[in-house]
Amino acid sequence: MQKAKTVKILRFYPKKCTGCLECEKACSQIHFKTKDGGDKSAIRIIRKDNSYQMHVCDQRGLCLDMCPVGALTRRKNGVVWLDKDTCVGCQACVGFCPIGAMRKSEVRIEPFKCISCGSCVRACPENALELVEKIIDDIKEVVYHNQGV
Amino acid sequence: MVEGQIPIEDYETGNTKHTWDTKKIRAAHKIITEYKFKKGEIKRGYTNRTLYVNLSNGSIKEKPVTDEMKKKFTGGRGFGLKLLWDSIKSTTRWDSEENELIITTGPLCGTTQYAGSGKSLCLTISPSTDIICDSNVGGFFGPYLKFVGFDALEIQGKAKEDVIIVIDGEKRTITIETAPDEKTDSHLLNEQLTYMYASEDTDKSRQKVSVVSAGRGAEHSFWGCLNFSFYDIRRKVPRMKQAGRGGLGTVLRDKKIKAIVAKVERFDGVSNNPADPITLVKVGTKLHKEIRDLDRYQCNMRTVGTGHLVEIMDEYDLLPTENYRFGSFPKASKIYSPHFYNLFTKVIHDGCWHGCTMACAKTVDAFTVMTGPYKGEKVTVDGPEYETIGCGSNMGLWDPLWILEFNFYCDTYGLDTISTGTAIAFYMEMYEYGILSKERCGGLEICFGNAEAVLEFMHRIARGDKDEFIQVASKGVRRVKDWLIKKGWGDKQLVEDTGMESKGLEYSEYVTKESLAMQGGYGLTLKGPQHDEAWLIFMDMVNNAIPTFGDKAEALHYFPMWRTWFGLNGLCKLPWNDVEPIDNAETGEPAKVPGHVQNYVDFQNAVTGWNVDKEELILQSERCYNWQRAMNVWLGRGCRKDDWIPYRSMGPVTEMEYLSRKERYDKQLVEKLGLSEKDVEKMDTKKKINVLYEYRQDQYQKLADAVYYRRGWTHNGVPTPQKMKQLGMDDSRMLTMLQKKIDKDEKIGLNVWGGTYSGGEKSPSDESKYWEKG
Repeated sequence: MQKAKTVKILRFYPKKCTGCLECEKACSQIHFKTKDGGDKSAIRIIRKDNSYQMHVCDQRGLCLDMCPVGALTRRKNGVVWLDKDTCVGCQACVGFCPIGAMRKSEVRIEPFKCISCGSCVRACPENALELVEKIIDDIKEVVYHNQGV
Repeated sequence: MVEGQIPIEDYETGNTKHTWDTKKIRAAHKIITEYKFKKGEIKRGYTNRTLYVNLSNGSIKEKPVTDEMKKKFTGGRGFGLKLLWDSIKSTTRWDSEENELIITTGPLCGTTQYAGSGKSLCLTISPSTDIICDSNVGGFFGPYLKFVGFDALEIQGKAKEDVIIVIDGEKRTITIETAPDEKTDSHLLNEQLTYMYASEDTDKSRQKVSVVSAGRGAEHSFWGCLNFSFYDIRRKVPRMKQAGRGGLGTVLRDKKIKAIVAKVERFDGVSNNPADPITLVKVGTKLHKEIRDLDRYQCNMRTVGTGHLVEIMDEYDLLPTENYRFGSFPKASKIYSPHFYNLFTKVIHDGCWHGCTMACAKTVDAFTVMTGPYKGEKVTVDGPEYETIGCGSNMGLWDPLWILEFNFYCDTYGLDTISTGTAIAFYMEMYEYGILSKERCGGLEICFGNAEAVLEFMHRIARGDKDEFIQVASKGVRRVKDWLIKKGWGDKQLVEDTGMESKGLEYSEYVTKESLAMQGGYGLTLKGPQHDEAWLIFMDMVNNAIPTFGDKAEALHYFPMWRTWFGLNGLCKLPWNDVEPIDNAETGEPAKVPGHVQNYVDFQNAVTGWNVDKEELILQSERCYNWQRAMNVWLGRGCRKDDWIPYRSMGPVTEMEYLSRKERYDKQLVEKLGLSEKDVEKMDTKKKINVLYEYRQDQYQKLADAVYYRRGWTHNGVPTPQKMKQLGMDDSRMLTMLQKKIDKDEKIGLNVWGGTYSGGEKSPSDESKYWEKG
């Protein structure tokens, strides 16, 4: 199988964001078939002072080496993908994600994450979100770097 | 170093590949018994039934787990004790027809969210000790056994020819099948059976199979371990974890079981059907994050596993070297963890059960075997762990590659690395003194540092060599002591003092000379000298946090009870204190790691739906701990004389040892024994050793006094009916047995303290039958 060299990740333009959370609602629709957003959305928009911040997976893939059953893989398009049928719900990926982008909702044991599907981009009325292409080697991280500190 | 993010299918170990005609091998099987069972339901951590297999008559049946059984024995090791009590006799020995091999799980076993939740607990009557041995082990078998539908597997009787027991969660059958053509050594057998019983030819399918086996070494020694497999989808290797202590593998092979296979149909993160999965995830994820953030600053378990301890033990004079003569050695830096780090493949999730992010199960892949039947093959070596490296140090092997070779063959032959290494270290010391020789050792030059001789010794055990030395030496230190004494070789006292066994079981790898509490941690145990009940060296020796006998006794009550709890639930102890919350040092009792104790309270409540507190966790253990001690009494042991430990674990036996730490011991003669510096100067080394010997033996007896009293036992270390009743363990057969034993002890004068109390020192109690007052 040809290995993906690039991956699309989300870019956020905080100045355009009005905090309407349409992106979160669109995301939870994809993952849980509900417009609840919030805990059921892989993308989170957080208000900070007078601005907004986006919190979402950047597809760096540190979690790939954490999965004991191979439920996490990098797909052909470079996206880090969680196969929930294979997943055994251990939360290792959730606990180890350095930016907390692997999410867990209370409605099911398996976590979920951004799959760069673009539904949030399409849902945003202000064009504050965009999918941009990145070279995987520039963003990837591995679990073991060196022997401790 | 291997980079990460390698697609699972692309990862290559570089190991020698085997191609087995598994269809042909399987075609040679003859099915002796087939038993069909109904799919069960796991409710809040329990399947509520156990599986009983009798190999003598081929019968298989299910036994119910009652609420009373859960209340009294909790699960795991507790269930094992209950099943043994119901099935064996006080005269049962390891090779008796009615002896059982039991593999249990525990209510929390199989949880994936909390690190270290995949342990199986194995019990039997040990060939080494004639009492119950319990041993905990990782790998997938326990969780799979439970997900297939059983809280425990109980095997009684003996087969007439080599068999395997297959527990198939897909077909819902249990079969006893002959297995004439499979290999016996575990690294090959586990691979054959994993491929044979996987439903499809995929790694995911193979991951749903787990095998328990023991190799040829287990057949011919008392050191047989059980190898529990866990298929690694990246390495494509059925890796192994060992239930090492006490000869469980020896019992497996004595029953003519080649292997036990469990295959699970499917499972997920809530297969235990926990009462409160949300809390479970919360507690588990909190721990994952702690490990992520703190492990690299604390124990480095994720990077080098338990091997990180080697340099610390060497630094504190605790690393057993040359049969525990010394606690550190100039060459020890050659086997510090960075050397193994360089050999480990580091890219992969390394837990022995899903979700264990402590990930201490390290491997060396494509290790080229240097000796024996697999010479030249490239294999995966699971480990080495600290204990195995400590065995290297104990035998004077200072080359990481020879330690790997020792580790590999111990595993595949089904030999416990600890017992094997500790025993060989003793034989080496005897060789150095001329008590053993090349002639007396069947031609082996078994001297410190001779790695080739170590391996040759193991190969000869595996081949079933009939040489007298190989025959006796493979049964362990206790039998060799008796053999040397019977032959009149060497000074009896020297032999008794230097051979590191207690109750017939070999010591694990810590030097305890300077920590009285840790001497108790090894000696005042249920199954024998093993650090899994208490590890008090730092508390006692380094931090001086438990100075009095009362303090030490309290620690030797609390910690064994606390650590027993893991075994009742199917958990690993490591995530309790091998990573600590960042504010642990500021808590009232940092040694107990209160933050994590609370995690376990929440964990047990979240799975079982109970409403227990931390005191109740200790009570759960106390019930089973006392029960096991009482069973040891019933089996004819479990008293003060059985808690004897060799002097090598208390102090310097030889002049060389004394002189190597002269300043320390001289100072103690002054400070602790009250001798004047002038007197000490005048004494020769032999005299000093003798004075110290008397003092330390008495200290140990005083410690035993304090501990027995704290645990609610008699002067002779016998649990009392009053204590048992207080704990709710009201089995009348048990209570009558204990009362008879106590009355008998009274008649022959054994209900007296062991220490000599003078000069204002007080024994724990002046009452003769203090336990009767409640």
